[in-house]
Parts: sequence; structure tokens; C-alpha cells
Amino acid sequence: MKLHEYQAKQVFAEAGIPTPGSELASSVDEVVEAAEGLGYPVAVKAQVHVGGRGKAGGIKLVEDADEAREAAESILGMDLKGYTVEKVLVEEAVDFTNELYVGVTMDRGEGKPVVMVSERGGVNIEEVAEEDPDAIVREHVDPSFGLHPYQARKAVYEAGIPREVAGDVASILTTLYDLYEARDGSDVEVNPLMVTADDEVIAADAVMNIDEDALFRQPELAEMEEEAAEDDLEAKANEYGFDYVRLDGNTGIIGNGAGLVMTTLDLVDYYGGSPANFLDIGGGAKAERVTNALDMVFSDENVDSVVFNIFGGITRGDEVAKGINAALEQFDEIPKPVVVRLAGTNAAEGREILNDELVTVEETLEGAVQRAVEYAEEGDQ
Amino acid sequence: MSILVDDDTRVVVQGITGGEGKFHAEQMIEYGTNVVAGAVPGKGGQEVAGVPVYDTVDQAVEAEDADASVVFVPPAFAADAVFEALDTNLDLVVAITEGIPTQDMAKVYKRLSEVDTRLIGPNCPGIITPGEAKLGILPGNIFESGNVGLVSRSGTLTYQVVDSLTSRGIGQTTAIGIGGDPIIGTDFIDALELFENDPDTEAVVMCGEIGGEDEEEAAQYIAQHMDTPVAGFIAGRTAPPGKRMGHAGAIVSGSGTGTAESKINALNDAGVPVGDTPEEVADNIEDLL
Repeated sequence: MKLHEYQAKQVFAEAGIPTPGSELASSVDEVVEAAEGLGYPVAVKAQVHVGGRGKAGGIKLVEDADEAREAAESILGMDLKGYTVEKVLVEEAVDFTNELYVGVTMDRGEGKPVVMVSERGGVNIEEVAEEDPDAIVREHVDPSFGLHPYQARKAVYEAGIPREVAGDVASILTTLYDLYEARDGSDVEVNPLMVTADDEVIAADAVMNIDEDALFRQPELAEMEEEAAEDDLEAKANEYGFDYVRLDGNTGIIGNGAGLVMTTLDLVDYYGGSPANFLDIGGGAKAERVTNALDMVFSDENVDSVVFNIFGGITRGDEVAKGINAALEQFDEIPKPVVVRLAGTNAAEGREILNDELVTVEETLEGAVQRAVEYAEEGDQ
Repeated sequence: MSILVDDDTRVVVQGITGGEGKFHAEQMIEYGTNVVAGAVPGKGGQEVAGVPVYDTVDQAVEAEDADASVVFVPPAFAADAVFEALDTNLDLVVAITEGIPTQDMAKVYKRLSEVDTRLIGPNCPGIITPGEAKLGILPGNIFESGNVGLVSRSGTLTYQVVDSLTSRGIGQTTAIGIGGDPIIGTDFIDALELFENDPDTEAVVMCGEIGGEDEEEAAQYIAQHMDTPVAGFIAGRTAPPGKRMGHAGAIVSGSGTGTAESKINALNDAGVPVGDTPEEVADNIEDLL
């Protein structure tokens, strides 16, 4: 789960990390009002979960009310890599002399958290990571002890952070690690961490991604998630308790088990189609869950056909088939053709039970996917 | 022959009084697994699925001589249950639970380096030696005893591939679901090494997916250390960067690591054929045998 910049900064500021003064705005007038209150120059920053916002025109520096109005008009409502900007953060511009990078993440290969520091922060940090990985100093953390203060100092000095700010940067790194641990972060970073002419450090941007599996013990952040949801369908999936990812194709996909659903997406692509979504309904297939899954997929207006791929393991195929029939009988008219493939325990019985006036039944995964791709092509014409 | 579990394995089920725990304990027993006890705090003295329940794993091991456990404990308490099992010195712990916070697993992972116990999972379907024992939730009826080993990050994808194998008359020595989380106890290399050293395993299927670099590292291991042929599959070719595809570990990072392409290339470079479809994986195994 990703927090928006304004949410992450609120969490950082509460923990004592210096952040610029700012206000959230969702209309042009609010932007101008906030800018007047903060004093120029200010930055107007789109609040969407997209990397490279600045380069894509989602961040503008303004010097007066006219420019603020102009920036607000261009950014609010703009489409940034598929996301519509509905909120902007209006923030005091920082007059900086240097940009640093600090972050904490999980090194899954090592099974340990790792803190990172670089003297070369800013918009090109990913290129730095690629071309000159040694410019980012990494220090692994034993999760049973947490980050020792000496490790923060060591990382900061090794990264060549100027002496004047080294102590402050080490202290920010320690705070970041504490936040990462206490708030179940998956990635927590400040880029850039700006250094001013009078040697102040200030977090000009903030990233805080949270482990979704830990939201049960992070109620405050779980609330922020609702605010952060950007796609109506993804919000609906949260409500139904599905793992769902929206894609831009026209073959809808429903299945059980992450690996098998991913494979179904891959096969749609392999047979010349284009997947509209990832939807894992999980174990079992009670009528209600099937109905909800179909409701999700039919709500996506791009969808021209649906492939339903269930491998009944412990769940029996006949029960799954009854669930699918019950779900589909609730529709007066099936909005788009549905292809069902059942395999595993009692699959043959299940295929008998399926109502072939409502669905097309296929025996193999490959056959079902090819059929759904054909339907999608026909529906698209 | 087989790896890790057979009909001598004595199993304690942690969380046996819950809905999932009870159902799957019964299924495991029906399959022939030697389930000897359950362990649930506060439920000691009961009997579930025909086996005695103890308050602690320690008591269960003491009384019933268990050497393996299967964990069906809800995510908030699962790491604690795994620690309990690790501190009891079992040979094998299989954690089925999905949704354990990653930072809890990092602490478990640290502890694993200090004990001799092997952990499989979490977020996995478990392990099965067909005809002998299953520890987990795999549907026993699709498996058949034979000479192919199988290791996979995903449950239902495993069933799909096993179904293709079994329907062609190709049986399995042992199948292991290692789990879809970013931090897991047993990784591909661990499982491949066990299969390499098992005289009855004549070929291995390895089903990976996007995220992390385990498949790339496994490819190197195969090239350098394995005589047993391996056929591969990688799920998630169409996954967009930055989106978690169901499994917590199945995510292509923004900087482009963990892609299907990189994994497929690494495996191909190691001489491992990677099927475009699950059926092709079974074709490849037929060719390798």
C-alpha cells in the first residue's frame, strides 16, 4: 500500500523529520489561497502514485498568484500516466545547495532490512543506482536488534555526506528506520533530502509504502489507504477482499491462486489477446464470491469477454459449478460472454452441472483462453 | 525415495482446532499422513480429528514424539507459532498461513540461521510425497508416485502442472510449494539440492514467478551443480511494474528487477527449457526423461 506524498510527510513530520510548510488543495482557488498563505515561491505538486512526476509535468514551481493559478489549472485534472490528478500539495520551495538520498527497504535476498544513503540524491537516483551502484551506501540491519546508531553514522560517513550535516542526516536515517519498523514499512525514503545554504536538512519529498499484510495492526495507516485508493475498481476489490489489479486489455480474467491467475493472463497474451485484469478469488468458490468477482469484471467497461479458470484442489468441481450457475442466474442477461474451465477434483461432474446456456465450457486451460480471446476480438469489433 | 517427508514423518498440527486446521488435519490423515497431535494454546486435553491436542508444541513433541509440524495459525499469530516450532527442535516446519507481515518473517529468518530446523513457506500449499504423506493443503488425488520432483512458488499452478504430468502417466517423487512471500524458509536452491541428491528423482519441474532474484540464482545453481535435468515455468510475463500480483512476493520493482524476462533468460542460459504454457512444461519433462 502506497501513501501519498502529503500523507507520508504528515507521518514523517510527526516523527520529527523536518518537512517544508505545505497545504493540500483540490481546486484552483484553494491552490492560490494556500500559496498566498505560505508565501512565494511555492511548488505545486500532483498527488498521484506515479514515479517521475516532475519530468511528466506534475510539479511546477511558481513565483506569484498568476503562475499559481496557471499551474493549478494545468495540473488539477491532468492525466499523469493513466491517473487523474485530483489533489495537489502546495509547498514552500526550498532553496537548496545539495540533494541527498536516504531510504530503508527489505532486501528480500538477504531476508534483512537495509538502510541506504547517497550523496547523489535527486531525480536521477535510479540511474545512479544502475550506473554507479557504489554511490549508494547500503547497511544491512539485524531485525532482532534494529539499526544501531553506529550503523547510521557509518553509512552517512561512507556515503561522503558533508560533515556539517552528517549528524542530522544520521539522525534522520535513524528516525526513518524506526518508522519503517514501527509502521510496518516496505519502502520508506526521502529523495531528495535537501541541504540549504545554512546547513539545514529538509525532506522535500517523501515515500512511504506499507506492507499490506501488516495493515491489521496499523489502523491509522489503513484509514489513509482508503483515502489513497485511486481506482474505483481497485477500491471495490478491497471491499470484496479480492486480490485485483486493473490492466488495459479487454479479456477479463477470474481464477483461483496467484500463480495460476498470472499464468492465465500470460496465456491470454500468448494467444494474441490482451488481459483486462488480474483477479484472484482465492480458495473455494461460493456463489457470493463468484457473483462479486463477475460484478467486478463486468464493471470494467473495457471488458469484452471473461475467462473463468478454476483448479479445484480441496474444493470440489461440482460445488464450484453450482456456485457459478447460481451467480450467473442472478443476471437477467449475461453482459459479456463467459468461458469456464474447471479442472481438478470432480471437474467432470462440475462440467456436467454448468449451465451451457449461460457459459461456454472448455476442458483445457489453453482451450478456454483461446476461446475467450476469440470472443474478446468479436466483442471489440 | 523422496525428500523431507515420508510415511515415518510424525506430524503435529498447530492450529488444529480452527476451521482450516481441523479440515486439513482430517484430509492429511485420510491421505495416510502420520498426524500424531495438535497444538493450540488453551485447548490442551481435547481431541480433534482423532488426535490429542496439547497446549504447547513442546508438550506435543514430548508426548507423541513428533518430528514435524504444519502451521494453520492466523497471520497475526503465525510468526509466534513458527518460533515456537523452531525452538522445539523439530526437523521440519511447514507454514501454510498467508499474510504474515514481512518484518515478522525477517525475524523468523534470522532465527532459522541459528537452528537446524527446516522451514517450508509461509504462504504455501505444503509438501507431498505421493502415496506416503502430505503436510499441507495439496489435493492428494491429483498426485501419483513416480520419478519427477517439483518445486513451485504457487499452489494452484503446481496443481495445474502436476495434473498435466499425472494424466500422461508421469508420477512425482515429492512436490514442494515453497510459498509466494518475499521471505521464505526454503528457496529454490535448497529444494533443487535435495532433489539432486535424491537417487529416485530423474527430472525436476521448477515453477517460478516474477519478483526477487531467486529464480536467477537457482539458474546459476543448476548450471554449476546439477546433473538432474530441470524444466522450468515462469508466471507473470504480463505483469505491470509496481503492482503486487496476489502473492506478496510477486512484484516487479519500479527499477525493473524481478521481471519474467530476466528469469526466463537466466534459466535458458543454464540449459533449462522454459515452457510458454503449462502443457509445454509437461512436454519438456517427457523429452528430458
